[in-house]
Amino acid sequence: MSTAVATAAPTGRRTPTRRRRLGSTEIVYLALVGILVVAGVLVAVGGGNLFSTANTAYMFTQTSLLGFVAIGQTFAILCRSLDLSVGYVVALASIVGATTMAGDPSRVWLGVVAALGVAAAVGLVNGLVITKLRVNAFIATLGVGLVIKGYLDTQFKGPAGDVPSSFQMFGYTRVGPVPVSTIVMLLVAAAGVVLLARTRTGYHMFAVGGNTDVARLSGIRTDRTLILAHVLCSVCAGVAGLLIAARFGTGNALVYSYGLDLDSIAAVVLGGTLLMGGRGSVVGTVGGVLILAVLDTVFNVLDVDPFFKDVLRGVVIIAAVALYARRQIDPASSRARFRPTRTGGASA
Amino acid sequence: MTATSTREPVPPTAGDGDARPILRLRGIGKEFFGNSVLRGIDLDVRPGEVHALVGENGAGKSTLMKIIAGVHRPDAGTIELDGETTTFGTPLAAQHAGVSTVFQEFNLLPERSVAENVYLGREPRRAGIVDRRRMHADTTALLADLGLTSLTSWTRVGSLSVAQQQIVEIVKAVSYDARIISMDEPTAALADQEVELLYELVHRLKERGVAILYVSHRLKEIFDLCDTITVLKDGNHVLTTPTADIDPDGLVRTMVGREFAGYFPDKDPSIVPGDVRLALEGAGNTQVDDVSFEVRAGEIVALAGLQGSGRTEIAHGIFGIAGFSRGRVLVGGREVAVRSPRQAVREGLALVTEDRKAEGLALGQSILANARLVLDAVVPGQADRRARRIPGILSSLELVASSQEAEVQYLSGGNQQKVVLAKWLVTDPQVIVLDEPTRGIDVGAKRAVYDLMRELTASGVAVLFISSELPEVVAMADRILVMRDGRLAGELPAGSDEETVMALATGAGDDTGEHVRVDLGAVTHAADLPGADPAPHEHDGPKEDR
Repeated sequence: MSTAVATAAPTGRRTPTRRRRLGSTEIVYLALVGILVVAGVLVAVGGGNLFSTANTAYMFTQTSLLGFVAIGQTFAILCRSLDLSVGYVVALASIVGATTMAGDPSRVWLGVVAALGVAAAVGLVNGLVITKLRVNAFIATLGVGLVIKGYLDTQFKGPAGDVPSSFQMFGYTRVGPVPVSTIVMLLVAAAGVVLLARTRTGYHMFAVGGNTDVARLSGIRTDRTLILAHVLCSVCAGVAGLLIAARFGTGNALVYSYGLDLDSIAAVVLGGTLLMGGRGSVVGTVGGVLILAVLDTVFNVLDVDPFFKDVLRGVVIIAAVALYARRQIDPASSRARFRPTRTGGASA
Repeated sequence: MTATSTREPVPPTAGDGDARPILRLRGIGKEFFGNSVLRGIDLDVRPGEVHALVGENGAGKSTLMKIIAGVHRPDAGTIELDGETTTFGTPLAAQHAGVSTVFQEFNLLPERSVAENVYLGREPRRAGIVDRRRMHADTTALLADLGLTSLTSWTRVGSLSVAQQQIVEIVKAVSYDARIISMDEPTAALADQEVELLYELVHRLKERGVAILYVSHRLKEIFDLCDTITVLKDGNHVLTTPTADIDPDGLVRTMVGREFAGYFPDKDPSIVPGDVRLALEGAGNTQVDDVSFEVRAGEIVALAGLQGSGRTEIAHGIFGIAGFSRGRVLVGGREVAVRSPRQAVREGLALVTEDRKAEGLALGQSILANARLVLDAVVPGQADRRARRIPGILSSLELVASSQEAEVQYLSGGNQQKVVLAKWLVTDPQVIVLDEPTRGIDVGAKRAVYDLMRELTASGVAVLFISSELPEVVAMADRILVMRDGRLAGELPAGSDEETVMALATGAGDDTGEHVRVDLGAVTHAADLPGADPAPHEHDGPKEDR
């Protein structure tokens, strides 16, 4: 009996409430699994199969297009910035890529380089306007986006350029149900993960987004970091533009109306990255993109009214962010000293 | 603990001229927009010396600190580091030269770990990749070296207490091989027990030969900790003296240039506490438990205790910010269930919050707009009429400002606090809760707050006074309630000494945790306090400073 007391004492002292809290990324993927299960059942009830090759391929294709843009957007948002020009960059890159290739297989690489180069240049302009002219990122990227839109609208009334079939493979080849573009997107994501978690540049992005003054006082070249984030953001959008070109076989200016700009921000935020910067991850963003892609696929398979589709998407995004906001408040209450009928220990 | 009972006799050599100064300022002058804020400042800082820099707000301490930190450049004079004239172009340059500054606003990233913060901007790399293992190993070694075993390198800084975050800042400074660390009001946000933690760290740094430049408003710390005191007044250097050669009264006289015999206004004996204005009966929520007390009209009841002991939570409970889930609250003898600050104001309550910049003021708005905030919100119909009293209230508080249209962000801390007070006074509260009303404000403004408290009691207001500064608690309160670990640890009468309050707050000499009156003679020596004694108290339960 005495041993029982002796062993009970230390456990009684410890506060048993200290469970490890789930990280945002884990929650995103748990939610993804949950949505997949629910969606799978819903589709099955309707007599379909959500996981048929056609559906999974559609899902993955949706994923890669938005994925590229959202991975880039993650860098911008992590730095407490934002890029509203990505949709126009996608359109511009598709046209630059397609017109440079001009149907000539030997010019494929030239087209890729040109498209990404133009995208990088746009990102550089975004970054410079934000850091040097001190224009708020929202306005700066909106303005740059409008400039590109105006150029596209006046110069390209319809599809432009011609993508050789060798490059169209990028849009259509699949390994099993997984399109090559998705694999490329995941490679880009992996590179993003390494950049953020293992390089100084990544560390400095967290710092710039967390608190620019702190970053500057620690010797970080904050302007350069932010500019680089915007260049990376635009280049990622440029890759998405190349994917569009490969898919369509030509460049298309009207792609900017796809809503990739706001969708990418939604995916990033769904993925647990703080809109105020300083915290977030590419892995989470990919999860956010997957969630949106699954929803999209389900709505398609179930033939949901497209307008109602947007209503549902809106609700999901708000619900997710509301959940994160609650978790933000949570730490205070998890330090509760007193619970009903229980007296806990002190905590500072 | 009075200021004269210093912790230890200071080694006489520490502040004297035999060690060569690391930092030597000569004739430093600085102007802002034609206003001279510093003139001919000389300052020598020696290795292993804790050098206090004191003066009222506006005396030029902050500017001098910022010059030393490399934030500002002096317009006149020279800075010598190790005998060589130097200029610090940027804070980073100063830091790399071994001069680090810990400002009041922390330069930390709450979402990142301790190690990531300490090595921010110079993360160790191997083959182009951040060497996280080394970064954490180095941080752990540094923490161990400074005896900071309660911190781990992986902890997210945002989850640390204010005191621990400050320590992370100091660790960061040490990691730059700082030979001089300036600290701007390092204890402004700490309670006494946490201050002990800082004291220990300062002593350890001192042993390593680090010089510390210590800016503080708290005289007790200056006399406890510092070897040398330099006094600035109105941008001039007034005095540099070994601490042993001056007493607190003399120092205050030097700082303010006048006798400060009546630092705290005396209580008017004709004021007798009247009816109970505010009563808590067994109030509790997740942060506090079983709190019962009453505050009468014309009475100042102090709520003392360590940081995190639940004082602010009681204020928040009363005011409906994070209300009580148990027990009853009575205002003017009537039970009320206050669920929002708006309701609290309607019940005649007022709360001067702890953090005036974040919770008390709309910084970008004018003095008048701020003073009208509560009126406009709660009684919009009468706001214009009742706001006419604001100028009178402001001038009775001796607010110093160019005009009432001036934006409050440009006011000094003391004047900002007066605006907050005016905002509440104009609502004619029955009960006013003051949460750390004198934090970070200068001596003159503090006196104005004390005077106001006395005036409020004279007009029959009930005052609940939350403070971490024991001298003001002891001097101002009619009764002292002491919180510990979310509960009332006891009540002490007016005239109790600081040691007794401290003993009750820390649980020394009383570990039952019950609401009891304590024998005043029970604990009289500072050495009996847990903070002064490194030996662990086994029955103390969880430590405050985790």
